[in-house]
Order: sequence, then C-alpha cells, then structure tokens
Amino acid sequence: MKYILFIGAGSDIGRPLSFLYAKQGYGIYLASRNIDKLQRDAADLVIRFGIEAKAYYLDVTDISTHGGFYQSLPEKPLGVICLAGLLGDQSIAERDFTVASQILATNFSGCVSILNIVAADLEKRREGFIVGVSSVAGERGRKSNYIYAAAKAGFTTYLSGLRNRLHLSRVHVLTVHPGFIRTKMIEGKSTPHMITASPETVARDIFHAQEMKKDFIYSKWFWRYIMMAFKMIPESVVKKLNLQ
Amino acid sequence: MKLKNWGNYPIVDAEVFRPSSALEIEKILHTSQELIPRGLGRSYGDSSLNSVIVSTEKLNRFCSFDEKTGLLTCESGVSLAEILDTFVSKGWFLPVTPGTKFVTVGGAIAADVHGKNHHVAGSFSQHLASMKVILGNGTSVHCSREIHPELFWATCGGMGLTGIIHEASFYLLPIETAYIRQRIIKTKNLSETIAVIEENKHWTYSVAWIDCLSQNESMGRSAVILGEHAVKSEIGYRYRNPLLIDKKKTISIPFYFPGFVLNRRTVQLFNEIRYKIYRNHDTIVDYEPFFYPLDAVQHWNRMYGKRGFTQYQCVLPKETSEQGLTALLQKISASGEGSFLAVLKLFGKQEGILSFPKEGFTLALDFPINSKTMNLFIELDEIVKKFEGRLYLAKDSRMNKEMFTSGYRNVTDFLEIKHYYDSGSKFHSLQSKRVME
Repeated sequence: MKYILFIGAGSDIGRPLSFLYAKQGYGIYLASRNIDKLQRDAADLVIRFGIEAKAYYLDVTDISTHGGFYQSLPEKPLGVICLAGLLGDQSIAERDFTVASQILATNFSGCVSILNIVAADLEKRREGFIVGVSSVAGERGRKSNYIYAAAKAGFTTYLSGLRNRLHLSRVHVLTVHPGFIRTKMIEGKSTPHMITASPETVARDIFHAQEMKKDFIYSKWFWRYIMMAFKMIPESVVKKLNLQ
Repeated sequence: MKLKNWGNYPIVDAEVFRPSSALEIEKILHTSQELIPRGLGRSYGDSSLNSVIVSTEKLNRFCSFDEKTGLLTCESGVSLAEILDTFVSKGWFLPVTPGTKFVTVGGAIAADVHGKNHHVAGSFSQHLASMKVILGNGTSVHCSREIHPELFWATCGGMGLTGIIHEASFYLLPIETAYIRQRIIKTKNLSETIAVIEENKHWTYSVAWIDCLSQNESMGRSAVILGEHAVKSEIGYRYRNPLLIDKKKTISIPFYFPGFVLNRRTVQLFNEIRYKIYRNHDTIVDYEPFFYPLDAVQHWNRMYGKRGFTQYQCVLPKETSEQGLTALLQKISASGEGSFLAVLKLFGKQEGILSFPKEGFTLALDFPINSKTMNLFIELDEIVKKFEGRLYLAKDSRMNKEMFTSGYRNVTDFLEIKHYYDSGSKFHSLQSKRVME
C-alpha cells in the first residue's frame, strides 16, 4: 500500500482530502498536535475505506522532532500534503514577538523544516509529490494579517524553488492558494458568502490539481482574477484604502 | 444565521456551533444558556430549532465495527446515507430506516424513528445497544438498558432534550443482496386496505400509499407495498454483484414553486395518475427506490412553496384505527386540502417513554402551511384526541400543549428524568417550549 502523509491534518481541509485519497486505496498518515482527534479520524478512515490509517503527534513548530518523526513512519509516503497554518492574532503579534514567531513558525519555518526532510527522501527515491497549502493572503500584505501573509508569501516562494529543484527528480510540487474557506480559522468572521468555499470544494480542487500535476492553483478558481485585480492597484493607492 | 428544517417553517435566527469533539461540546455547554442539538435538519418543524444550536455535522466519524455481530459504533452526526455507502457492499443494512437516508444517527435516536418494518423490527432504539450522552454540565454518560437505563430510555425519542448524543452503538442487519423483493397490491377502499395490510403482516416491510382525495366508496384506496430482502437466488442476472447497485441520477427542484401550483385539481390529478399507474405485481428492485424514492429528488420540499409545509402524522390505537382513519380521511377529502404524499402503515408493539409509535395504524400526510390547513389540523387534532391517538414530534411545528399531553401520557415521567439529568435546564427547543413548558 502506498501512503499519503498529511501534515497539519487537523485542518478542516484535511479530512475531506484524506477521504479522496483513501477512496483511491492509498494508506493515510495523519500528523498534527491534536492526537485525540486524529486517532478518531484514523479509525474512521479504516472503517470507511478499508485502508490503513495511522495518527502521529507532530508539532510543526518543534523543529528538533521532525527528523525523528519522519524516520518513525513505518513506510515512507508517496505524497506529502502540508496543511499546517495559523492565522493568529495580528494585533497582538504586532507588539509581541513570541506570538509573531509562532505564526511565522507554523506557516513558514516549521513547514520548511519538515518539507526539507521529505524533499530529500523523495528526491532520492525519484518519485512522489508534495502539496503545500499557502494562501492568497501571501500575495499582498494587508494591515489586518500581514504577519501571517508574510509567512505564507515566504512559503509560496519556498515551494516554487523546491519545484525547480525537484523537477529533475520527477517529484511533483503543487502550490495551493485558497481564498476564503468555511473553516475554524475564520469562524466568527464574516466573509462574503458568494466567494467563501466549503472545505470539501477546496479538497476536491487540490486532489484534481495534484492528479493533473499542476504547479499552482487557486481555489476557488476565480481568486486568480480577484488577486490579479487586487495586485494591479498601485501601492500608493492601496495604502490609503484602509483595507481590513 | 437563518435556519429552518425540512418543512421550511418556522424560520429562526440562530447561532450555530459545529463541534468536532466532546471537548468542544463541553466548551459550548459552558458558555451557552440554553440550546438544542441538530443533525441534518430533516425533522419538519421546530424540534431542533432554538436561538443556539449545536450541529452534529462535524461529529461524523465511525468508531468501530464488529464484523461478527454487526455492532457499529459511530458518532451521532454520521448519516444513514454514509452507513449505507460504507456497509451495504460489505453485506450489512440498517436495522430500521425512515423514508429518507439523509438523517443522522443522533436524529434517528432522538426521534426514535420507525421504518416500513416497525411491525416486526420495532423502532430504531430497539437495535441500539448503548450510547454516550453529554449532559448539560459537560459530563459524558455512557448509558444502556443496564447502565443509567432512565437516561437511555428518555434519550430514545427524547428529541435531544436530555443531552447531546455523542456516540451510539447499534446492530446492523446482515443482508445477502442489496435488493428487495417487492409486491404491490392495489386496494379499492379503506377497509380492504386495512385487511390487506393485516393479512400480509408476515412481510418484513409493509406500507400503503393512500389516495387521500378519493371519496365515497373508493375512499382510502391504496397501493399496498410489501418488501423482503431478496436472497441471491431471487435476483437473477444481478447475481454477479449482489451487493452492488447502480448509481442513480438525482434531480433537484431549483426554486420554490409558487403557491398556485399545488391546488385541489393538481393534487387530485397527481393522485389519480399515481393510483392508475400502480399494478398488482411482484418485482425485484434495489434498496434505494424501495426505501428512499423521494431522495432522488433533491429539495423536493420546495414544491410546497416558500411558506413551507408540514406533515400531519398521527397514530391511532389498533382497536379504533379503522373508525378513526375513516373520520380523518372524510375530513381531509372534504376539505380538499389533499396531499401529494399520504402514507398508511401498521405499527407493532413499542417500548419507550416519548417514542411516537404505538400498536395501531399511522397516517402521514403532507400539507402546505396556510390558514386553511391550520384550521384543518385543529379539526384533525380533535379526531385524533377522541380516538386516543397522538402526533409525531419530528414532523410537527404547530401542535399545542394540550394535544401533546393528551397523546403522550408518559410526559411527566420524561420530565422527571430530564430534570434529574439536565438539572441546569440547558436543553430546550422551540417545540419543547411550546408543548412541554
């Protein structure tokens, strides 16, 4: 059985996405901090799809544990999907660097650490894929979330470089730019209903893009045009817009 | 957010929480004054509506399955559709299923749903081994017929008023094929319908579609539909994959029909045609059209218009069933407020405190909500009361306290148990406030 590893599997996209791979007969490794939830999710996958599924404790920000974690996997995965993310509280992060560094570590440096390890293994095996879920927020800073956005921008750039490097080893790297998703990350915030996607929709988009070996997708698709328009507004204008 | 159940009436503005673990439920319980759990919102009225709602849609994991005994443990938000998708191919079926598969296990327990096999298999709770209920103070209680039996029995049919069902364990039914051997018998009037149903009690599944607008000597004419799980030798060419059925196309009603679409003429025509189409015959069908014919039409509730509709479902004791049904049908056909869907079924014996079924006939009819039907319901209530029947809480959005207490004689026992386990009085629905408080 070939395995897919989900990093940050507690994300709301994690479960519907794991269903799509499990349906194809892949085994599933789920890794995140919320081990109780993951164990329940894994038991569910086993019953639903008759595949192997295991749950692992992994703190993306605890970089020293990453090597040991990857070593401990009974079988090395064919694909790795990195869903780790933390929006955090921008207003606190602006003043308190420990909060800011938590955001940076979850969205950027922690992901880099674990994906470095994964990339080295896949490169050696000359097979497999890496999916990194970044964010449209990373394309332009806004005052309400620019620390998160900066980390995601870094992650996007990291993934594009990684794609360049792994292309020669036939390892596929997909960068996903989701827009608003109905998840716990934005719970309580009001987002425009029309452009807020369900986690299931985004999971389907990711699954298809990975199958088609795309390099880069927006989910949902229209975010490409929203961001294109948004990026065309000159900085001198944007700074005066008082965007949230 | 604005929220309504299947009947599109009433509509409430509610704060909705979607916990995915017991811990998250506990947090919500600590911060909310009063609330009600809700599954997929397939009850018709206000049973699962309140200003604060705990949706179980993210509590939908299978926990364990014993292939020897068929004992399935899952979280309460798992839908019957998910169970069928997962287990039919392995040779297991639901022990009891209502007319739609888009209900959750938690909802099936809370409404103690029944199916076409009630006269032989009882209601859903009969197949329930145990469950974990999270009480108003956040503690999780494991209950069964032996442990905390009062909580167990009050939660079966308890409409979510004792606590939030977190996990449930129940027995699935082993099947050889995913097909049903179906027999249809057409009848000419009510007494023949009742006689045919009684004669065919040995069939596992039995239900009658009844033409509720036919009058005089043909009043109560029906198509009695009987079914039995087919064995391999009965299904012919489908033998290669006896547990596999074809994927069906579904259609969707894209918008609310305007009110004039449903009138006496159209409903009469529909019922007439439907009755004419039925033939006495035996066939093999797969389980979907047999159990869930309406699930093939998504959003069919929109046919009843924006103002919504309700289902009037009552049960009458067996001894007086025929008399009572005659009175009800006379009243309905005279009013001209016919219903597309009218169903008659014989219930068997039933345990439970607030469970709806009791031995006798149950009649269910859909009606759009308007001032005329509201008056009709009041007249029907009088008949049901007179014959010592009762109405189904899961379908109701309008009955008053008097009607409720006259039908549910055990309500004081129920409230006593509720007060004991829900001492902080956390769980209320708009319905419970209307009929119990």
